[in-house]
Amino acid sequence: MAEHVIYAMYDDDDVLKDGAKKLVGKGVHINEVFSPFPIHGIDPIIGVKNTRLGIMAFLYGLTGLMLATIGMRFFMVVDWPMNIGGKPNFTYLDNILAFIPISFEFTVLCAAHGMAITYLLRNKTIPGMPAQNPDPRTTDDRFVMEIRLSENAKFTADELEGMIRETGIVELDQKEVK
Amino acid sequence: MHKEAAIREPLILGHKTYHQITEDVCKPIEDKAPKMWYILFGIALVIGLYGVGSIMYLLGTGIGVWGLNKTIGWAWDITNFVWWVGIGHAGTLISAVLLLFRQKWRMAINRSAEAMTIFAVFMAGTFPLIHMGRLWVGYWTLPLPNQFGSLWVNFNSPLLWDVFAISTYLSVSLVFWYIGLIPDFATIRDRAKKPVAKKMYSILSFGWSGRAKHWNRFELVSLVLAGLATPLVFSVHSIVSFDFATSVIPGWHTTIFPPYFVAGAVFSGFAMVQTLLLVMRKAMNLEAYIHTKHVEYMNIVIMVTGSIVGTAYITELFISWYSGVEYESYAFINRFSGPYWWAYWSMMTCNVISPQLMWFKKLRRSLLFTFIISIVVNIGMWFERYVIIVTSLHRDYLPAAWSMHYPSHIDIGVYVGTIGLFFVFFLLFARYFPVLALNEVKTILKSSGESYKNAPDHH
Repeated sequence: MAEHVIYAMYDDDDVLKDGAKKLVGKGVHINEVFSPFPIHGIDPIIGVKNTRLGIMAFLYGLTGLMLATIGMRFFMVVDWPMNIGGKPNFTYLDNILAFIPISFEFTVLCAAHGMAITYLLRNKTIPGMPAQNPDPRTTDDRFVMEIRLSENAKFTADELEGMIRETGIVELDQKEVK
Repeated sequence: MHKEAAIREPLILGHKTYHQITEDVCKPIEDKAPKMWYILFGIALVIGLYGVGSIMYLLGTGIGVWGLNKTIGWAWDITNFVWWVGIGHAGTLISAVLLLFRQKWRMAINRSAEAMTIFAVFMAGTFPLIHMGRLWVGYWTLPLPNQFGSLWVNFNSPLLWDVFAISTYLSVSLVFWYIGLIPDFATIRDRAKKPVAKKMYSILSFGWSGRAKHWNRFELVSLVLAGLATPLVFSVHSIVSFDFATSVIPGWHTTIFPPYFVAGAVFSGFAMVQTLLLVMRKAMNLEAYIHTKHVEYMNIVIMVTGSIVGTAYITELFISWYSGVEYESYAFINRFSGPYWWAYWSMMTCNVISPQLMWFKKLRRSLLFTFIISIVVNIGMWFERYVIIVTSLHRDYLPAAWSMHYPSHIDIGVYVGTIGLFFVFFLLFARYFPVLALNEVKTILKSSGESYKNAPDHH
């Protein structure tokens, strides 16, 4: 089924934010905002929830720390204990000081890469993906609001257009998308 | 919107708009490269290839071609390694630590500083790899199962910590840098007219579209990566210093090393950033974004870290006497008055005296002076590592083993070659990559741009 989508273009982030506030106040559902840089404060207005990637980073870090601990205990204590200058090496705890640097590095390694990979996958930004911004200028100096008719059943296309036009837009584009 | 005090100097000069920022950063990429770029690139490539040739000769013949002897088993290779890693500390420090401290002036310089970091760490990584003599067994440093023999790598050894530290640092810096680059590549992609460029930047930008949710994630990922990278920066050079500090050689065996090395690394890294940026801002017409204020801020960092380094030198000297350890005292007396006195005093002059000149506002705001000092500092920091490494080794416990180090032409060739290769990478970066975090700079235009700051009615 084809869907009617309205793209309202602004040339200023603050104008878009004020416009979004007004529209949402009237009960319009804004599906998406495309901008060249993060517009601070837009997320709560259009109902974008905060990302949980931070929790993931913590879990990846924990995994890294665990792997490093298990690994080093196995290599240095269980499998082949090395007696270097008679220094204690028979339990993990005896030797823990020497293991701190690598435990730390491996924690950071896993947390950073795990989070970065998750971030790219969740965004579906992977090499070879086609760009999905409605207008090439949205990566330069234009800010676009995407409003779908199907999500705003209580308004007609004309009513929506009228309300959007009052918010200081510079261009309005309508498309039928699948 | 975030408000900034009116008396603060604007970070973006002139009457810029969002579009103008895009234009200013993308123009040098889209235009034909100036003749000067080709000349510089040619010179860097020739020097780099000479280095590659020296490395090939080294690998074919063995590390006996270096000027090492049985007393001085570590010299230029590790000096160069530490020097490059040190330089590689500024980029991630600028983008991570300054992000956590919400320093907005970082935005103009973080991209190129990070690029510099990554290329510098590439160069640093070359030395431990080639010093094995057999490059192809480099992967033996990884903890691999026992079919190669019955031993694991030694997790008690700081040299192995180094393997983990440097590879973590390199890969995390690379990821941090690239995640910031994606939206800027998208900007170039959307402007590109030539099909090949469009295709290339479209692959590089991973299909970035700038959705609100994506920006939300972007900001969090940047913040968390900065949080992870900050202790990483400090840990890496601490671990590099453990290579020396955990040994028992007089002059190396000191607890002061980790903070002293980290300060030195930031000191030399910022100096290298100054050297590169002072040329780049001019060549690429970015004076409105990287201006005297940015240079001044960086000079203050150089002054502070330079003072920490100076304090460390003097502390080290004092403790060597105060400890009452004969070997330790001799190591330091020999440093400043022995046969390598000239290296010690070059280090002292370049690293302790020169940054103190930055107390004068006139001097730290002078671009020419900054450029000269930035080079002086990097020469000084090379000497610092040379002094620590060679002078500590050349007087062995038995006077019969006392020796001097003379670099061979391969030593010099490999070192000079890495400088050439570094510039090859950096020039390619300046030619094809957005050298300014252009989309990030747009976020501070309204709070820190000159045109907005001086127009109080505008909001």
